[in-house]
Order: sequence, then C-alpha cells, then structure tokens
Amino acid sequence: MTAPDPGRRSRILGGGFSPLTNMSIALVSTIVFLVVVALLIVNAPGWETVKQSFFNVGEGRDTFPLVARAFLLNVKMFLIAEALILLFALVIAVMRGLPGPVFFPLRALAIGYTDFFRGVPTILVIYVLGFGAPGLNLTGVPTNPVVWGVVGLVLVYSAYVSEVYRAGIESIHPSQEAAARSLGLSRAQALRFVILPQAVRRVIPPLLNDFIGLQKDTALVSVLGSVDALQQANINSAADFNYTPYLIAAFFFVIITIPLARFTDWLIARERRRRQAGGVA
Amino acid sequence: MSAQGGLVVEGLHKSFGRTEVLRGIDLSVAEHEVVCLIGASGSGKSTLLRCVNLLEPIDAGRIVVNGEEITAHGVDVNRVRRGIGIVFQAFNLFPHMSVLDNVTLGPRRALGLPRGEAEAEARDLLTRFGLAEKMDDYPDRLSGGQQQRVAIVRALATRPRLMLLDEITSALDPELVAEVLEVVRGLARDGMTMVIATHEMGFARDIANRVCFLDGGVILEQGPPEQIFTAPREDRTQQFLARIIAAGRM
Repeated sequence: MTAPDPGRRSRILGGGFSPLTNMSIALVSTIVFLVVVALLIVNAPGWETVKQSFFNVGEGRDTFPLVARAFLLNVKMFLIAEALILLFALVIAVMRGLPGPVFFPLRALAIGYTDFFRGVPTILVIYVLGFGAPGLNLTGVPTNPVVWGVVGLVLVYSAYVSEVYRAGIESIHPSQEAAARSLGLSRAQALRFVILPQAVRRVIPPLLNDFIGLQKDTALVSVLGSVDALQQANINSAADFNYTPYLIAAFFFVIITIPLARFTDWLIARERRRRQAGGVA
Repeated sequence: MSAQGGLVVEGLHKSFGRTEVLRGIDLSVAEHEVVCLIGASGSGKSTLLRCVNLLEPIDAGRIVVNGEEITAHGVDVNRVRRGIGIVFQAFNLFPHMSVLDNVTLGPRRALGLPRGEAEAEARDLLTRFGLAEKMDDYPDRLSGGQQQRVAIVRALATRPRLMLLDEITSALDPELVAEVLEVVRGLARDGMTMVIATHEMGFARDIANRVCFLDGGVILEQGPPEQIFTAPREDRTQQFLARIIAAGRM
C-alpha cells in the first residue's frame, strides 16, 4: 500500500540520476563544501585567537563533565514542564471551546490567557515570577528559582500548545460530534471519546515542534541564578576567560533536540503516507 | 419507558438564519410503522430527522416519542437520544476506533453497560448483520456498504425503539445499495418503527406503510405507497415523481 512513487525523489538528496549516482554526487559536493568552509575559517586572520577562545581542547575536556551534570537540570525542567503543559494546555483549549452564553467568562479567560502569554517575552515572565513570587514572603510559596522558572515556561508554552490543541479540535468535522451525541453520549463524553482522540493524533507533529522550542528555552531559567548547562558554562567561561564551555552547552542542547526533531519528521511523513494510502475522505 | 410507542410531530418549525426549512410539519408514526419521506433535496427531510433526534433545536411545535414530549423543558436529551437511533448519509463512523468499539461506545458510555456485556451484545448484532469478520477492522478498511451496515448496528446497539434513516444509500456505489436496503428490510420485518428519508423510490414503495411527500418545508401529501406513486393528488408530487422517473430512479 505504500509503493514508492518513482516520480518522487528524496527531498534531501534531490537529483534525476540513479539513486547511487545521486548519493555519490551529494557526498562529493558536501565534502567539497565543508572543505572550502573549513579552509576559509582556518585561514582567516583571527583564526588563532578564535580557536584559543572557542575551540580550546583542554578547556573543553575540563568543563565537559561539569556542563553535562548541569544539563541534567535542563532535562529535568523540560520533562516536568512538558507533562504539565500537555495537561494544562488541554484544559485551556477545552475551556475556549465551551458553548453557550453561560460559559462566556471561561471562554474570555482562556482567550485572555493565550493572548497575554503569547505576547509577553518568556524571559520577562521568568524574571517577574522568579524574583516576584518568592519576594511575597508568603508561607508555602516555594523560593526555589527552578520551580518558578518551570512555572514560567509552563505558563508561556501552554498558551502556544493550547492553540495547537484548538486547531486540532476544530479540524474534526461536526458530524463526528453529531454521531456521538446521537448515541446518547453527553457533550463531555463526545469530547473525551470521539473528538479529542482524533484531534490529538492530528496535532502531535506541531505539538512536538513546540516542545523542541521549550527544550532550548529551559536555558532562560538560568537568569534566576540556578545552575543549568548555560549557567555552568557562564561560570567556567568567566573563571577561565574562555568561551569553549558555551560551545559544550550548545552541543548538549542540539544533541537532545535532534532526536525529537527527527521523530517529529517521521511522524509527519507517516501521517502523509497514511492519508495518501487511505485516500478515503 | 412508556408502553405507547411511535412518534408524533406537531406544528414543527425550524429556520437556519433567515431560511425557514420546516414550515409547520405534522406527522404521526404508529409503533411498528415504517414511514418514508420523499422529496427534492432541500425540502426538509434531513432537518426533520435531525430535529426528531434533538440534534437541531426547534423554533416552534412539539415532538412526542414513545409517549414522552421530548421537546419539553428539562428533558434529559441524552436519555432521549439513546431511545432513538439515527443513521446518516455519510456513515459518520468513528475512524479512530475498530468496528467493535464503534458499536460498543454507546452501550458502554451512554447506557453504562460493562465492557464484557456490551461486547457480547455487539458481537451478536454484528454477526446477525454479516459483519462478524470485520469486528476488529477500522472503518477505512471497509467498503461503503459495510460501513453503512456498521453504522446501522451502532445505532441499534443502544436498543432504540425508533430508527431514523437519513438517505443512508445516497453516498453508496450503486452495487452496494442492495446490501444496505436488505438490512433495513430485516428491521422492518422485526417490527422496528422507522422514519426513512430516501431517494430510492422502488425501496420506499416496497417497505413503507406510508409515504410522505415533503415540499417547501411541509408535508404536501401523504398516503399508502400505491396511491402516492400511482395516483398522486398534488401537482407538485406528480412533477417530482415525473422527474424521478425521467432520471431512471424508479
């Protein structure tokens, strides 16, 4: 059912020759490209200085384990934030879809919420929460900056993700709800068993896309002083007058993001194949 | 549940925006009676059926099903809908669920039956309608005729006493129409009360106890099928049937 279409070529490799020829051409041109770029950089007048401050092997070896340990905090932050966002954003999206005049206040609240938190820069939300909330000196309010950093990320990203959910919910044809209601299901049951399962499946790729953004943005929490990968890199780089730790930190963020990016691509491709193979509207 | 079955519609009005689709429908269907609604597209057949299942709020009039006025204030619409099965032109099966799950959704969630009991009943029904092999398949894998038969079984699974069929063969390839109509004939033999909107005049003629011709949002003429199809009294009915015959549909 998924016979490869001979007319369609790989988007990455391109070309009109046989697959093997295509691959060789791609390989050679990639090598040539990289060599040219490398030669340009290495022969630049300031290369020796840049190499010393950004690509310092000794500095890298020393700071790698420190940054790696600090990066665990980023991983912890985004894992917790992602779980909370999945739930909280769904609540916002459902609130926004409630029908009838009775629910106007909830709808208005949901709209106000998404408008506000999509508009404010994430770093501002984290600043205000991280320095403001503990400053209230209320008993029971946590003073750990990491907690408030995660709260800030959840608030901001839930606004984006709730819109993704909403797009999914609105893409389900009203006849599906009619069919569910005609069986005697309540509106909530129709949502729970018929609409949401289909809607969520449709929005998984854009949803994961937002999560890739979130994983990077955990670095913003370092403005509150918590020692994540970026902050650790800051510390080492300030102590040693060397920027190599930043590249180490960047390496970790990229490494953790790539698998999710490829997984998202794979899901999108699978969805497209499925729809083309099915062909039934 | 009242002992007295059937459906009574009185003075039903329904508008969409400024278009009045139903302009005073009066219809009564006795228990075990099969009534076919015929008429051009836009004459109000589908809207009437959707109103009876409370899928559309009505503007005026009343609807009584099995002795209960379902358009009264404070009626539990979910309970009412369980007692009325509706089958749509476009099947509207749930694409993310297997055939078995499509059929058990109503009994489990609306009737509150335990999973085992709901599945046992669903298996019986699916087997009776020749769908035993398809229980674990997803709707996309079925032919149109099979999908529509599943939709009928799904509507029957909540044990309704009244079935509403909304042009259920209009979206099917011609060779698949017969298998679906055969199912409906079976239901009629079992004594199911049904209101059927249809363009299949031959079928209406065979199965209906009474045929209603809708035109411009009212029932312009009704009577036994022989009379409607062979000696219609109204000009509009004659014109409609002439067009149907010209199109080779009868």
